[in-house]
Amino acid sequence: MVVHELKEIELDRLFQALADATRRDIVARVLTSESSVSGLAARYDMSFAAVQKHVAVLERALLVTKEKRGREQIVRAHPEGLGRVQRLLDEYEKIWLQRLGRIAEILEQ
Amino acid sequence: MTVIESRKDTQALNLTIVAEFDASVERVWQIWEDPRQLERWWGPPTYPATFETHEFKPGGKASYYMTTPEGDKPRGWWRFTAIEAPHRLEFDDGFADDNGDPVAEMGSAHAVVTLEDVGGRTRMTTVSNFESLEQLQKMLEMGMEEGMKEAMGQIDGILASQP
Repeated sequence: MVVHELKEIELDRLFQALADATRRDIVARVLTSESSVSGLAARYDMSFAAVQKHVAVLERALLVTKEKRGREQIVRAHPEGLGRVQRLLDEYEKIWLQRLGRIAEILEQ
Repeated sequence: MTVIESRKDTQALNLTIVAEFDASVERVWQIWEDPRQLERWWGPPTYPATFETHEFKPGGKASYYMTTPEGDKPRGWWRFTAIEAPHRLEFDDGFADDNGDPVAEMGSAHAVVTLEDVGGRTRMTTVSNFESLEQLQKMLEMGMEEGMKEAMGQIDGILASQP
């Protein structure tokens, strides 16, 4: 696939963001309900600063948004960014559905 | 052929597809076991797959390439991690370089295929697990038809429209 350079950089960010188990877990958590960075930090065996870094990576990949609310930083899922993951899986599904169609043709012969 | 169910898990990065065929389990097993039959369905007509190696036994390897309309030959490899004829097979699935050697940094996907008899028909369940989104994307690039390229172009459009 030919993609423009800028877009490729964005794709790279997305891939890197999802390549880490903690970051995937953060996305999974904020998908069901928003959470503060300190709330997230309490769940992992790592420093607040480390969790903040993970959140920053996810933010750059457009998977989550972060917003200041009082003294808290609230992290929420970014549905459009996550939509890309869904879309890639949709494409893979299409490939398989076509394969199944071809298998059926072979079996009919 | 009836597609019974298709389930996508965006968190775990996997796809499960359940379909039923009007054929016996033994017959459906052949479409995996026989590389010449496998070639007829693994790749679309515009991206045909050619299996050069197909050691259909536990621990065996398969190597194949797709031929793109432009004449490129992206390569892939499989390693069969489980084969229990005629009901179950599992394999790792990765990318290879021009010599057919695995590209380690790309990791591998894992597929589990089960076949069961349901009243003379065969229910085939395939589960594809990806390690990363990058891998999934590459996998798509290897087996894509024109229509899919357009769809991938739409992804670019979404990316471009975001701040």
